[in-house]
Amino acid sequence: MNQTGAVGAHNAKIMNRYALTKRVVDKLKREEAVIGGIGNANFDLWATGQRPQNFYMLGSMGLTIPIALGVALAQPKRHVLALEGDGSLLMQLGCLATVATLKPNNLTMIVWDNGIYQITGGQPTSSASNADLVAIARGCGLANAAWAADEDDFDRLVDAALQGGPSLIAARIDTQPAVATTDRDPVRIRMNFMEGIGVK
Amino acid sequence: MSDSKTQAWYEIVVAALKANDVKLITYVPDRVMTPLIQALHADSFFTTFATTREEEAIGIVTGAWMGGMRGALLMQTSGFATIPNVLASLVCPCQIPALLFVSERGTLGEFNLGQAMVCRTMRPVLDALGVENHTITRQDELGFILDRSIKQAVATLAPVTFILSPLLTGGKVFAQ
Repeated sequence: MNQTGAVGAHNAKIMNRYALTKRVVDKLKREEAVIGGIGNANFDLWATGQRPQNFYMLGSMGLTIPIALGVALAQPKRHVLALEGDGSLLMQLGCLATVATLKPNNLTMIVWDNGIYQITGGQPTSSASNADLVAIARGCGLANAAWAADEDDFDRLVDAALQGGPSLIAARIDTQPAVATTDRDPVRIRMNFMEGIGVK
Repeated sequence: MSDSKTQAWYEIVVAALKANDVKLITYVPDRVMTPLIQALHADSFFTTFATTREEEAIGIVTGAWMGGMRGALLMQTSGFATIPNVLASLVCPCQIPALLFVSERGTLGEFNLGQAMVCRTMRPVLDALGVENHTITRQDELGFILDRSIKQAVATLAPVTFILSPLLTGGKVFAQ
């Protein structure tokens, strides 16, 4: 399969979603909540180890960032991260405007952009040819929105994002499939997550 | 908990939400809901804001519930028609007690054919999903239905839909 990448970051390095997910998770020392988006985003999150503070979204394509925003509003002292794909974000772009309006300082949005609807057969998304997701985020009013140039730059951006927010980090990634798949038990996933963030 | 004779319908809704500690209010704007939305914005007990789509609000309310905060979504009939997928793939399977308030368009004097048609899809969808729903027509029943149903939603971990009839709210009439 061709590595279509993302048009918005034509000079950024193409990285690997699992490797970057692992880098993110390894930085989390304060029981930060992580919402993994539908498909490969949550599969690779699952593969990094099932932290109690992880929520794996099995349906509701496009709602990763809204779910993370809800958690962030309910628990303002906890940092919340959303891991979302390009196709999913394109389905619910309006959420970026809502986040920019509310300005939660405990929310980080990470977008994996491989320019394809990977799980449905690799059809191209508009981010492969014309839509720049970071430019869209900035246009919505998210000043802290940036492409990660390479792994070191990604680390730096995540470190900065964890100090405050809201921030959006986009990474151009390859078309490698996720390295594992998530158990499909929504109630168990929800209950584990709520226990993990101290609600039940 | 509320006096239906001296309070307006939207004041009864505000009181029921407050009494049940429902703090997060998301909405997609609606003319009929406007006095309710204004009252919620005016009360610092609530965190009230508009979302760009009803689906988005479902995600936010779900996240807030998981984080320990009760939330509601205000919308009109056409907005409800945009959320069946996320009810079926997030709210219902994850057992989220989302509180859905729908201002009923499409009946009792509707002037827009599109609203009338989409209105007919709402109750069959709710019934197909097994989502508890109440059509509220009388102000003297409003407080009771809301208070009991919110408590039931939380106790049984199930969403509930309140369909606010034009008989309660006055609805929207032609040329307004």
